[in-house]
Amino acid sequence: MRHTISVLVENKFGVLSNVSGLFSGRGFNIESISVGETLDPQISQMTIITRGDDQVIEQITKQLNKLVDVIKVIDLLEVDHVEREMALIKVAPRHDQKSEVLRTAEIFRGRIVDSSPKTYTIEVTGDEKKIEALIGILRPMGIKEFVRTGKIAIAREGSK
Amino acid sequence: MKKMTGSKIILEALKREKATTVFGYPGGVVLGIFDELYDDKNISLILTRHEQGAVHMADGYARITGDPGVVLVTSGPGATNTVTGIANAYMDSIPMVVFTGQVPTMLIGNDAFQEADIVGITRPCTKYNYLVKDVNDLAYTIKEAFHLARTGRPGPVLIDLPKDITAASCEFKWPDKVEIRSYKPKITGNKPMIRQVAAAINKAKKPVILAGGGVVASEAYAELLEFATLINSPVTTTLMSLGSFPASNQLYMGMPGMHGTYCANMAIQNCDLLIGIGVRFEDRVTGKTSDFAPKAKIIQVDIDPTSIRKNVRVDIPVVGDVKHILKDVNTVLKEEGSKPKWKELQKAWLKQIETWKKEHPLSYHQDTDVIKPQFVVEKLYELSKGQAIITTEVGQNQMWAAQFYKFDKPRHWISSGGLGTMGFGFPAAIGAQMAAPGKLVIDIAGDGSIQMNIQELATAVINKLPVKIAVLNNQYLGMVRQWQELFFEERYSHTFLDSHMIPDFVKLAESYGVVGLRASKPSEVEPLIKEAFKVKKPVLMDFVCDWKEKVYPMVPAGASIDNMLLYEAETKDKKRKVRVVK
Repeated sequence: MRHTISVLVENKFGVLSNVSGLFSGRGFNIESISVGETLDPQISQMTIITRGDDQVIEQITKQLNKLVDVIKVIDLLEVDHVEREMALIKVAPRHDQKSEVLRTAEIFRGRIVDSSPKTYTIEVTGDEKKIEALIGILRPMGIKEFVRTGKIAIAREGSK
Repeated sequence: MKKMTGSKIILEALKREKATTVFGYPGGVVLGIFDELYDDKNISLILTRHEQGAVHMADGYARITGDPGVVLVTSGPGATNTVTGIANAYMDSIPMVVFTGQVPTMLIGNDAFQEADIVGITRPCTKYNYLVKDVNDLAYTIKEAFHLARTGRPGPVLIDLPKDITAASCEFKWPDKVEIRSYKPKITGNKPMIRQVAAAINKAKKPVILAGGGVVASEAYAELLEFATLINSPVTTTLMSLGSFPASNQLYMGMPGMHGTYCANMAIQNCDLLIGIGVRFEDRVTGKTSDFAPKAKIIQVDIDPTSIRKNVRVDIPVVGDVKHILKDVNTVLKEEGSKPKWKELQKAWLKQIETWKKEHPLSYHQDTDVIKPQFVVEKLYELSKGQAIITTEVGQNQMWAAQFYKFDKPRHWISSGGLGTMGFGFPAAIGAQMAAPGKLVIDIAGDGSIQMNIQELATAVINKLPVKIAVLNNQYLGMVRQWQELFFEERYSHTFLDSHMIPDFVKLAESYGVVGLRASKPSEVEPLIKEAFKVKKPVLMDFVCDWKEKVYPMVPAGASIDNMLLYEAETKDKKRKVRVVK
């Protein structure tokens, strides 16, 4: 089962390495990880997407908690939450498909953030399915490259 | 206030932490610290012959005192040589603080001479580690390191010290206490869980107590004895926990697991309640986990939440310090005052335990011509009156020591349990002797393992540490050979060491100024040990042993623990072909 785990950590050097080293050293897998500062600049927030049965997820959360620099671990699967991911997709369509690309971007509420005579770069935000869907549609039209942020997530207010 | 250099701050901090024995080895970037040591009268540095030796000595020291062992080495190779020792301490939860030198901050990352990213290298085998980047942080960092090493589940902590930081100066400010918001080990157990434990015990008809290294770490011996006596339950202790419960007690069954006693393994497999105290249910204890203690409800008490349910299913987990929890459990049990009931209920169970004990006790066939290694351990036990501190190397020597030396007291048994480090026992014995100067300390070794840190003979002699080494010399890497014999059709690939003469252990010992003695016949064993014990110097005893001897009982890898090969299965005259691949 796939879990989104939110981890509050001390904002120190080496912490990301501690966390990722824990996953590789114990054979857990990371599908995506994103890290950023929080309201308190001394604390960073990591959002980790991982997979495993109950026993594995229990170990992952416990092992994370055991790291000295980890302040709090929340398995968001247990709470109602919002997940978002952003992607930047550089498309190089044939001349006759250019307008199709623009229309598709619009349907997905994407924005063109860069354009050149041969390419458009589309910025799109959404849950994973939406991003996958957009990539799926654009692919036949000629995706040159794309980057994804990995997911970030936050609990809905009032949810437990 | 007067300013101090980083080097001086380190020594001052060590004094505040009462860590005045340091094991180490000098080198370029720690010259400043060693220069401070030159005049320091309060801190004694034991100069070893290899950094690995230093870490194992600090480990052995810590296992006797219960307080962190301290290591000081230089950067690069000095630091990387400590890794095995650190990993060893990490696996066995031994408190330790390791100081490594580092190239100046400006040069870090430049592949400077003797630079190694030791913080990166030791990340997965330390409880925590630091690279100090400002001399103003140094004192606090050391205080925090000692705090982390000795609290919660103990473990090694490493502090990497760039040369410019130890050379820089600042005011010495010693913090009163350490406050880490993300580190608050849980000490007392959850009350409802403790009630559940008591309730399960009240219902049990066939309980077994499985005590682990956590009992030693939290020094819960008295509580364990009270608990076992109160509920009248048989006890088995893991390799890490030998001596935490008296071996002479009627309730004691010996060690469980791969080379555990028949009784302990049968008891675990047939009990209806397994009470794990400070154990992590390692694979050498459990065998096939899906068949482990199949009829039992499992209670697990441990200070480390990750230990719970890591390897086996657990019905009642209690997180906290073993000593506190056992105390609370004992109180609850006494409140309910149902002691006589257990006595009655368990009569049949204890009878069964006694039957198992008698059915297949630990045994071996004595021989008149060849020395049996088990016989040597028995004699060491007898002649030291069971009072010695025993350290071991890893392999057959370790298992025979665990089986045939009976420990009635805790902190008398020092062995590399988790990592299984050959070469551990001898330096650990030196560290133990430093911590317990008046005690008889014996390293029970194999001819393979002892050669892995043999250079520390110099450390023992120079520091006048009368450590005794008993080499059970069977010319082979015995445990691996045993597996080859049993599971690889006696194809002894690269396990023959030819160590009856290479080296000549007696001459080797003598060249270091260590007394070297050799016994080749069973009749020579006792007089030789007596002689060795009389000498107030380090002694190496070379026992020329039967190479065919194997450790029994043995649970084959991957089998359930009631699936044991027993000594009795050995036919005495079984013909053997020796095929040696050199």
